Amino acid sequence: MRKYYEFVVEGLIFISGIASIIFVLLIFIFLLKEGLMLFRQVGVFEFLFGEHWYPISEPPRLGILPLILGSLWVTFGATVISVPIGVACAIYIGEIAPGWLREILKAGVELLAAIPSIVLGFIGLVTLVPLVKKIFHLPTGLTALSGSIMLAFMAMPTIVSIMEDALNAVPRGYREGSVAMGATKWQTIRRIVLPSASSGIIAAVMLGIGRVIGETMAVMMITGNAAMIPKSFFQPVRTMTATIAAEMGETVQGSDHYFALFAIGIVLFAITFVVNLFADMSLHQKQARV
Amino acid sequence: MVNTDQKIQIQNLTVTYAGVPALKNANFFVQENEILGIIGPANSGKTTFLRTLNRLNDLDPRYQYSGEVLIDQKDIYRKWNVFELRKKVGMVFALPSPLPISIFENLAYGPRRDGISNRKRLEEIVEQSLKAAFLWDEAKDRLQESAMKLSGGQQQRLCIARTLALEPEVILFDEPCSGLDPISTAKIEDAMRELKKKYTLILVTNNTKQAARVSDRVAFFLMGELVEIDQAQKIFTIPKDKRTEGYISGRYG
Repeated sequence: MRKYYEFVVEGLIFISGIASIIFVLLIFIFLLKEGLMLFRQVGVFEFLFGEHWYPISEPPRLGILPLILGSLWVTFGATVISVPIGVACAIYIGEIAPGWLREILKAGVELLAAIPSIVLGFIGLVTLVPLVKKIFHLPTGLTALSGSIMLAFMAMPTIVSIMEDALNAVPRGYREGSVAMGATKWQTIRRIVLPSASSGIIAAVMLGIGRVIGETMAVMMITGNAAMIPKSFFQPVRTMTATIAAEMGETVQGSDHYFALFAIGIVLFAITFVVNLFADMSLHQKQARV
Repeated sequence: MVNTDQKIQIQNLTVTYAGVPALKNANFFVQENEILGIIGPANSGKTTFLRTLNRLNDLDPRYQYSGEVLIDQKDIYRKWNVFELRKKVGMVFALPSPLPISIFENLAYGPRRDGISNRKRLEEIVEQSLKAAFLWDEAKDRLQESAMKLSGGQQQRLCIARTLALEPEVILFDEPCSGLDPISTAKIEDAMRELKKKYTLILVTNNTKQAARVSDRVAFFLMGELVEIDQAQKIFTIPKDKRTEGYISGRYG
């Protein structure tokens, strides 16, 4: 009886353990199966670099270059905003803030991470969008810039919390050694702490970027969703994620449009996979070095 | 009453962490060019005392002190600039703690922060300090290698060298040999005997034999209290206090 019990428990734990891998594989297979169907009709090059996304015209034109560029622009903007602020925030929390303030700030960052993206999108829609419109005298505030600012808020908690862990992992002996040689706090941070934590910082930034690329609801609400090749940050853009979310409901199952949305999913999957791979590699590099 | 031989004077020094006393009303002095050994069981305030001298305790927000510490007749909290103080009062930690950069950069780190950027000058400093710490012969061909690749004993001598690179006057040793083998320990002790010709040394050690081997005078701390301070020979042969006798004959700690 006891042996039987052991067997069942071990089996259950094993299944739970490998479940995540199985799910990823199943998702990937399903995505490939549906997405690759598209390429019986449309060339890969035409799909990736086609400049027009008119899925319901006759015949449909399924070029996703505007969507890829839309995603990249918004991501790039969000990165430019969130990385300096996030890095500075992590340095302040990890190295400078006194204990009580550190706890408050950490709780704040965690709360920011906990806000549902739809709520952030909604708040952006009613506050940020009119503000952008007014400040830059634009016909509409639904632009790549608005999306970038909003996404920067979403990337920041990821960057801050992972980077703070990286700073915490720097041995105390490094800091004391530096300070004991007459270095100031900032010299110690710049010359010793940041270089020692560099791989963790890169991983933090990468995971932040990964979060931004995959984000859907907030960008869909505030970037304007015009599938044009973006020429400036003050134009509406449409991201890959927003396209899938907006059009999946109204497409005919089995049509080229339907398959094209899955193919976009493959492209998105490939991008986030590469970003996460880089993050993982820089984290492991650190472990190998110590 | 000013005695110029007295490099460091400690007057009524009491130190607490979050209200818990670590050092109670200590009064003594350290002479120029001597090695003062500090012995005592764990939690007796030895390391606390060292970290007060170069104000490394300032990093701990729970730290509070009262009383006075004078170095060169100047109060370390009121008259000294803290960064100048830490250059003048170097510290070698219990665990070898080289910075994760090259050997050369470890030694140039302090001088660079001090504003020296001339390559030639830095090379001179690196060579001199490595020689003074008896590490030059072993390290001269691998200056660009990471300091982490050195052995434990070499790392500890590197830490002594990088302290010397700042041209200090006082060097604090916090159990510098606790992680080292006997041969490395002997090398460090040789270096200390040589160094006392130019510098004032304070050695905290858990090893009473080491204190007897290298110290001129020895102070015995117990539970944050300075029990006795005297010539090393006297402490180890005819201690005045029973508690000192108990400790060196192995009754505590």
